[in-house]
Amino acid sequence: MTELTNLKLETRNPKLRLAQLALIAVMAIGFMGADIDARFTKLGHQMMCMCGCNQVLLECNHVGCAYSDRMRNELTAGLEKGDNDSLILQSFVQKYGNTVLSAPTSSGFNVVAWIMPFAVFAVATALAVWLVRLWKARPVLHPVATPNLAAEELDALRKKAREETEF
Amino acid sequence: MPQIGSFTLLLALALAAYSLVAGALALYRKDDRLTETARRAGIACWAAVTVASVALVMAAFGNDFSVAYIMHHSNRDLPLAYKFAALWSGQEGSLLLWAWLLSTYGLVMRLRYKVDPQLTAYASAIVAAVQVFFLLLVNFAAHPFGLVKGMIPPDGNGLNPLLQYPEMVIHPPMLYLGYVGVTAPFAFALGALMMKYPGEKWIHITRRWTMVAWLFLTVGIFLGAHWAYEVLGWGGYWGWDPVENASLLPWLTMTAFLHSVIMQEKRGMMKMWNMWLIFTTFLLAIFGTFLTRSGVVSSVHAFAQSGIGIWFVWFIAIAFATCVYVFVRNRDTLRSEHRLDSLVSRESSFLFNNLVLLVSCFAVLWGTLFPVLSEWVTGSKVTVGPPFFNRVNVPIGLFLVFLTGVGPLLAWRQTSIDSLRRNFLVPTVLAVVAAIALIVGGMRPWQDSAYFYSLMAIALSVFVTGTIAGEFWRGGRVIARQQNVSIFSGMVQITRRNTRRYGGYLVHMGVVLVVIGFAGLPFNIDKEQELGFGDKMQIGHYTLVCQSYTQDDKPNYSSEWAVLDVYKNGKKLDTMFPERRFYKASEQTSTIVANRSRLNEDLYLVYTGRNPDTGKPIIKAHVNPLVAWIWIGIHLLLIGTIIALLPSTKPAKYAISAKDREAVAAVKGGAVGVGSD
Repeated sequence: MTELTNLKLETRNPKLRLAQLALIAVMAIGFMGADIDARFTKLGHQMMCMCGCNQVLLECNHVGCAYSDRMRNELTAGLEKGDNDSLILQSFVQKYGNTVLSAPTSSGFNVVAWIMPFAVFAVATALAVWLVRLWKARPVLHPVATPNLAAEELDALRKKAREETEF
Repeated sequence: MPQIGSFTLLLALALAAYSLVAGALALYRKDDRLTETARRAGIACWAAVTVASVALVMAAFGNDFSVAYIMHHSNRDLPLAYKFAALWSGQEGSLLLWAWLLSTYGLVMRLRYKVDPQLTAYASAIVAAVQVFFLLLVNFAAHPFGLVKGMIPPDGNGLNPLLQYPEMVIHPPMLYLGYVGVTAPFAFALGALMMKYPGEKWIHITRRWTMVAWLFLTVGIFLGAHWAYEVLGWGGYWGWDPVENASLLPWLTMTAFLHSVIMQEKRGMMKMWNMWLIFTTFLLAIFGTFLTRSGVVSSVHAFAQSGIGIWFVWFIAIAFATCVYVFVRNRDTLRSEHRLDSLVSRESSFLFNNLVLLVSCFAVLWGTLFPVLSEWVTGSKVTVGPPFFNRVNVPIGLFLVFLTGVGPLLAWRQTSIDSLRRNFLVPTVLAVVAAIALIVGGMRPWQDSAYFYSLMAIALSVFVTGTIAGEFWRGGRVIARQQNVSIFSGMVQITRRNTRRYGGYLVHMGVVLVVIGFAGLPFNIDKEQELGFGDKMQIGHYTLVCQSYTQDDKPNYSSEWAVLDVYKNGKKLDTMFPERRFYKASEQTSTIVANRSRLNEDLYLVYTGRNPDTGKPIIKAHVNPLVAWIWIGIHLLLIGTIIALLPSTKPAKYAISAKDREAVAAVKGGAVGVGSD
């Protein structure tokens, strides 16, 4: 790879150099476009349409929606201006309020929203494992001499065993 | 009609109140005759609510716009089927439907009282109490027969265009059948606890009720998802809207109940847990109804904000207090007969399955109510939308899929290492091979968490499919050997012999297919473009060519649509017609999506409108991979549940020749002889 790069840099053929520059420019524009498209999709899914439809900005398809087109244009303008993601989101929050973000942020009280489900999951799992271990650790009963059971009692026990081993 | 409706609703309330008071008194006094009159009053209540419901439908059919509800939700040119659907398109009518469905469940329960007269008497009184609440609502808080004040308008406002779709005629009743159906197992459970019912018979009685309610709720939820996909035109089927979440909450707890109840039946365990699961399911069903109708959370699906929320708050509080009181008084009857023996056992898997379902339920409830909590604590409201729910619930869901594969193959009490190896080696290898194949095929799970989850979902689906296929294979092979029939025939027979178990496997397989459908989500692509005559749009490997665009006028609506030819690799595949309608009575627009659905992906076209400057249509195209598997999965789930509801057949008996009979007798004699020794 290094050899190839050196070869390209060292070439003195003007036509080849021009072609290289053109290729680099095309690739850069392509990557820039792809980057902006990807960021547009990503940020567009981090915001809600404010028309009251309760849909993510890029999924609002209300015919004649007064908000979604305007908001998408603002997003595109922010991206073309070169603002970073956090600045763009911040500008939307300033303009439309906190509810424009499609999920709670990970700061302040909002962090509780994210922590709570996983905390409950962790605590519940730990509790379940602890309970199973506790029950398992109970002393094992020693076998007693086989009782003299009547046929009906044996049938009942067989039935119970069958039930407990079937799905 | 309004007079008949109003009168019969009042009559129904009186009958339900009698059924409750007389039923409770009869149980206290142990008076069988009074019990019988309470039962009959419950049956008569159904007749009265039925007449009221028919009166409302007839008012819609007869364009009786003197009834405010009909004026708001119907119009003259509305097709008959949608006039019928007007019954549940508004607050008042849908509450009447609730009351009618509840009466119908009550009717079936009261007609089948001989199953267990005493327990049914308790359950009937509890159902009557719930009936009283809903009949109070439709009589005094949300009266469907209220009259228009002033001059009667010549035509109505019409039905919301989004509801004018065939599926909307069946989606709400299905969902309500699920919600309301929860009342029956709740009533039996609470009744059993009140009377300190001995044994597990009440579990057997309620199993079918619970499964039927679960089935309706499942079908209702997925019909709603399909409706959202086909009608709303945003390219998705689940938006984590508060009202959608409200339907999911009781579904999750009911699913947990359907699993943990097996523990109680087979091992006499988790009795308290099961009792609270069914209590919680009922309370969540009522809570969901409260969320939809109170305006506590904002939702596009919610009914107009009204003052009935406080009625629900009181009802939920009373129901909860009753459950706690009865539980505290009689909890001694719910002691477990056994304890868990091992972490690697079927009991454990049920325990973890319940835990995961309940945590998922909590996460959905938490996310739904967090905006309210945040506003209360910080004074500032936040949005909790799809990114939150997906990030929290997807890992939990994947763990649940894993348990779906593992649980049924573990033995009761304890599973040996040999058994684990025997049952799980092939499915695990298949899952690993599937994951490697996906990565080799171009999936890059390290690039994005969504791709990682998608890969995991498919790999786990393969794992579960392997375990289920193994179960059918092993069972079918035994029958095939015994009876000298094909393996397939053996599989059919084993399913018929144990409908509950193998029906359950089919339900699990249905869930797997649904998960495969979800796994396609990260790979959705969409594009919006203005298309004039002959213009082309490239999306994925499809080329769309606009042949024409036109408009039409019908009595109920006017419409405009585009005619688009679909090409792939230069070959014409189809012609599609995305459409937009303008409904005259309600003056609202609606999209009619054109969807070309195949097993690998859907090509989904939406006519979003016309450019006012050029007059050309703007088309939004989506390519959504694997969506069809969701709907296929639901059909399988439906079939599996129906099979599980059917009674199992007994193994076939074979004619034994006289010679064989002698041989058997000789062996038996020998066995006795040996035993005697």
